Amino acid sequence: MSTALIVATLAASVAAATSLLYATLGEIVGERAGVINLGVEGMMLVGAASACAATTVTGNPYCGVLAAALAGMAMSLVFAYAVVDCGANQLASGLSLLFLGLGVSALVGKPYVGAIVHGLPSVSLQTSFGEVSAAVSIDALVVLALPAAALVAWLLNATRWGLQLRAVGENPLAAFAAGCNRRRLQYQAILAGGLLSGVAGAHICLAVTYTWAEGMTAGRGFIAIALVMFARWNPWAAIAGALVFGGAEALQLQLQARGLDVSPFFMNMLPYLLTLAVLPLTGRAGQLAAPAALGRPFAGVE
Amino acid sequence: MRLDAASMYVTATARSLVTGLLAFAAFGLVLLAAGKHPLAAYADTATFVLGSLEGFTELFVRMGPLVMTALAVAIPARVGLFNIGGEGQLYMGALCATGTALALAACPSWLLLPLMAASGFAGGAAWTLLPALFRVKRIANESITTMLLNYVSPLLVGYMIFGPWRSPESASYPQSPQFAEGARLAVLGGTRLHAGLLIAVACLAMYTYVLHRTRWGLEMRAVGGNPDAAEHLGLQVRRYMIVCMAIGGGVAGLAGMAEVSAIQGRLVGEVSPGYGYVGFLVAWLAGPSAWRIVAMAFLFAFVSSVGDILQITQGVPFSVVNILMSAILFSVLCGGKLRTKRQ
Repeated sequence: MSTALIVATLAASVAAATSLLYATLGEIVGERAGVINLGVEGMMLVGAASACAATTVTGNPYCGVLAAALAGMAMSLVFAYAVVDCGANQLASGLSLLFLGLGVSALVGKPYVGAIVHGLPSVSLQTSFGEVSAAVSIDALVVLALPAAALVAWLLNATRWGLQLRAVGENPLAAFAAGCNRRRLQYQAILAGGLLSGVAGAHICLAVTYTWAEGMTAGRGFIAIALVMFARWNPWAAIAGALVFGGAEALQLQLQARGLDVSPFFMNMLPYLLTLAVLPLTGRAGQLAAPAALGRPFAGVE
Repeated sequence: MRLDAASMYVTATARSLVTGLLAFAAFGLVLLAAGKHPLAAYADTATFVLGSLEGFTELFVRMGPLVMTALAVAIPARVGLFNIGGEGQLYMGALCATGTALALAACPSWLLLPLMAASGFAGGAAWTLLPALFRVKRIANESITTMLLNYVSPLLVGYMIFGPWRSPESASYPQSPQFAEGARLAVLGGTRLHAGLLIAVACLAMYTYVLHRTRWGLEMRAVGGNPDAAEHLGLQVRRYMIVCMAIGGGVAGLAGMAEVSAIQGRLVGEVSPGYGYVGFLVAWLAGPSAWRIVAMAFLFAFVSSVGDILQITQGVPFSVVNILMSAILFSVLCGGKLRTKRQ
């Protein structure tokens, strides 16, 4: 691999990694509270569609990001009610949320199919290694991505709120006995997940595609769920994971652009196969990193 | 006691009807808010489905793969496993069946079709091996690993139809060459009803029979009910898990085989419009009952007809009908609380 290719890939992977990181952080918060949400893809789609709509209507891409965040939260509220209040099966509820997102985003985005929206204002940063150089496009969401990961890590690991949230994810009955409000904590975690997924969708729309197309997140919501496992429910590791998976996506585009004979289909499989390959390497340790009560409806009486 | 059971059955049925109607009403309000005409859409769908041969038979054409992908979930669910990978297993089945059809095109139909079914079954079953192994070795939960593989097999299909199997006649549209006559399942004249639907019926019948009339079914239910107790009884819990998962994946693979053999007649990029995911929800709503699987498959086939009608008559994107589907699901999911409290 030539240096030029590596530099270009690294530069391009920033954009791909950003939306993955936001979505992954959101899913980490939810899973740490014991709730697995398979509907990330649906929330991202609704985020992307509402970002597109709000940006077109107001002319301000930051309004688009805000609308996406709110739309993501609204979507996750439906899921939260089913899972937290009704004790519904989380996997089925998550898939239902995915379908809700597919439908709502198709309805919201329909007038904007093929329209061009103004993206987020960005600065093109020239990076160079020796004689090769490439431009990295930096916008507000890229700048905020690493602080967001740091914030999530701090909230989860260094605050009382985070301790209670993790307690609910490990052993809800014990957490309840210790005085944690399971219902409120899980609601907060799910809403945070919705917010971050909405933002992730907004970044795809406002910094990568600049338009709306049905199903345009193309499975990135599921990659985010895989990334959570890959990153061991750790926000810091999620940064590395997002860069690796984003890099795989970018590398594929770079190879194609250079006319190299590597099938894009196999490149696209990488994130999924990589996650599967990493699982046995860590074995029991990986299983132990998972929140103990992940996916289980609360069985006690509050 | 019997009367009690009967009255409970009636209330349960009434409750599901009310739930369903509420979901249709909620979706109607969404359409109304978007400036469309929900009542006209429902009426058009009813006329199309009940009033035309095409509309009526199309329901069954869609129910076939839904029943099979639902079984792909229901069989592992009886031993306590979650298989969310029906979509990927369906694609693997389609891929392997296509491989057989293209390699043995000269074979007569009576030999080729069973071989295609066997390879479709094997492909779907193979796609569950890694998740099942990870599960029994306690490496990872099967729900996530099966789901990850959902994304891999459509890419394999994409690779084959863009590469080795690309048909030379259709340069603009990537797809495999047309199958030989012997590789096509019989289709009832004038409709799209095909022999693959009989496979679905056979799978369903075998599922009920094995589950309720054989020792295996009893042991499956024991494993699903309490794996630790089953282990102490001396049952081969791990073997049951791996085999049930493989059979489930195999049935999804058969659905893929039926789609390519009867409907498409070749391998195309989009073998399924998400049957695997909808099948999961069908199975989840239906529980262990075979009849309820049929009823739920019927309901979701009808919902997708509503989507067709909306697209044709009112210019609404087909995906919008997913809102109706999720409305049905969420109303059942949220209604579940009341039901469990009462029992």
